[in-house]
Amino acid sequence: MSIADATLVPIARHSWLTPSRAAGLALLGLLALFALLGPLLVSVDPTEQDFAASLTPPGSDYLLGADHYGRSMLARLAYGAQLSFGMALLTVATAALPGILLGLLAAWRGGLLERALELVSAVLLALPGLLLVLILLAFAPGTFGPLYLGLALTLWIEFYRVTRVTAAGVLKQPHVEATRLLGFKTGYILRNLVLPEIRPILITLAAFAMSTAIIAISTLSAISVGLRPPTPELGAMIVELLPYYAEAPLHVLMPGILIFLLVLGLQLATRSDLR
Amino acid sequence: MQRLVLARLLQAGLVVLVVGILCFVLVRALPGDPAMRIAAGRYGPDANITEAAEQVRRELGLDQPLLVQLGTSLGQLARLDLGHSVVTGLPITKELRIQLGATLWLSGSALVLSLLLGPPIGLLAGLRRGGWVDNASLGGAIVLRSLPPFVLGLLLILIFAMLLGLFPPAGYGTWRDLALPALTLALGLAAVSSRVARDAVAAVVRTPYLAFARLKGLPEPVVVRRHVLRNAAIPVVSYLALQAIYLIEGVVVVETLFGIPGIGHALVHAVIARDVPMVQGTALAMGLLFVVIAAAVDLTCHWLDPRPKRI
Repeated sequence: MSIADATLVPIARHSWLTPSRAAGLALLGLLALFALLGPLLVSVDPTEQDFAASLTPPGSDYLLGADHYGRSMLARLAYGAQLSFGMALLTVATAALPGILLGLLAAWRGGLLERALELVSAVLLALPGLLLVLILLAFAPGTFGPLYLGLALTLWIEFYRVTRVTAAGVLKQPHVEATRLLGFKTGYILRNLVLPEIRPILITLAAFAMSTAIIAISTLSAISVGLRPPTPELGAMIVELLPYYAEAPLHVLMPGILIFLLVLGLQLATRSDLR
Repeated sequence: MQRLVLARLLQAGLVVLVVGILCFVLVRALPGDPAMRIAAGRYGPDANITEAAEQVRRELGLDQPLLVQLGTSLGQLARLDLGHSVVTGLPITKELRIQLGATLWLSGSALVLSLLLGPPIGLLAGLRRGGWVDNASLGGAIVLRSLPPFVLGLLLILIFAMLLGLFPPAGYGTWRDLALPALTLALGLAAVSSRVARDAVAAVVRTPYLAFARLKGLPEPVVVRRHVLRNAAIPVVSYLALQAIYLIEGVVVVETLFGIPGIGHALVHAVIARDVPMVQGTALAMGLLFVVIAAAVDLTCHWLDPRPKRI
């Protein structure tokens, strides 16, 4: 093959859909279906008790068994998955939107605004995120409000920083300058030139932030400062069922497996390197 | 060097400021009259409570404008006057001194254990990319990073304490009690540090100076010891600064799970009991511990690679 032929051969493009991404997306899809459709299809109330069915093993009347109060594990897991997904999505959306907008603004305008935002993020990053959330939780233990606020407050910084650095790099390039000189408006440049460049890294960040939120919410609920027991929260469920490990080991493990699969799916779906 | 220390000192100041202000707001945001609450805590809720509350109000300056009060309370923090626990009545500094030992033992042994596990595995994986060590450690790292620390801790309890009976599931005192909680944290830390070490070693292996070292006939152990280790150590150590966050957050969770009487355990229980002085003291101690670890990492990095950084 001569050099002329070689140049005609298209460069082998790295396929975006690597096997690990495909597996992660499939896993996330299944879990999302379970979280969305589960509570609709399983018409049982996740708090309905049936003491005759206490700690029923999986199979029989209850597909995944029943917990110590005889509540359907399937219903509780479905509601728990919905809760985890929902709260994590809400938190990440609240963190990502201001983070990205402020990052773009700081990269575009710079100056005093950028300095002020740097200071705010330095103040918030001085403490590990979980400590900030814990102090906020002291205001109202057992509620979602401080949990949500604290997580969003720690998570927006990463969106802001990455957006600012990446956008500032793009804005310096000659094609952006040319576009501006041709008279295109700011909105057009941000939408068509900057956003496509930062989108891939933002998706990775969002997935990372979601797993952080899922882990934090379940962990704090498990150490009984997050959401409280009657709520079908996955972390709280594990701790609630732990005393019955000898009788029903599978029941204790099921919510744990669900959290594991959620985070695993998020991790696999955004793995960037091929190896 | 001086800039590194200065930056961390600034961070320590910010920790004190953030925790101090949040806890100041917290006291004022809780329902009821703070003077009344403190009086009830000190003298018991008896008939003279209103007078006692007035006395406390004057003594602590709770009738002053809020900004003056904030200044006073931050001044107290600067003098390390942390007040008394509302629950036990003991001075916070005394409680912290007892708890600090447990926390330092746990975080120290977790860090050492993670450094014994992670980087050596990463070295083996990086020297033979695509080999079985590389693949197995990649799979292990993904699985471990998908497990929240409390689930990982529970699994270790179930396997090592319940099934095999090797270690006690909870408690504090001997090294056997410390084994499972330290392992929980160390596995989570090693999952990341092994991958960082692997990438760093793989990058060093591709460099021309390593090819030259091999070509001039150095035996492989010497190549690894002289050329790979220190160069690959830089990213691993600097990544430890990020891992300090995981360590501190993990210590809070793991202490609570395994019932270790450390600062994290006390913080969680103070949050539940709304013992604000205790929340403030423990959060401060954990935050400052985080800064100290990060500063130590900075200095080690500077020692490994003294070239000045461009920031």
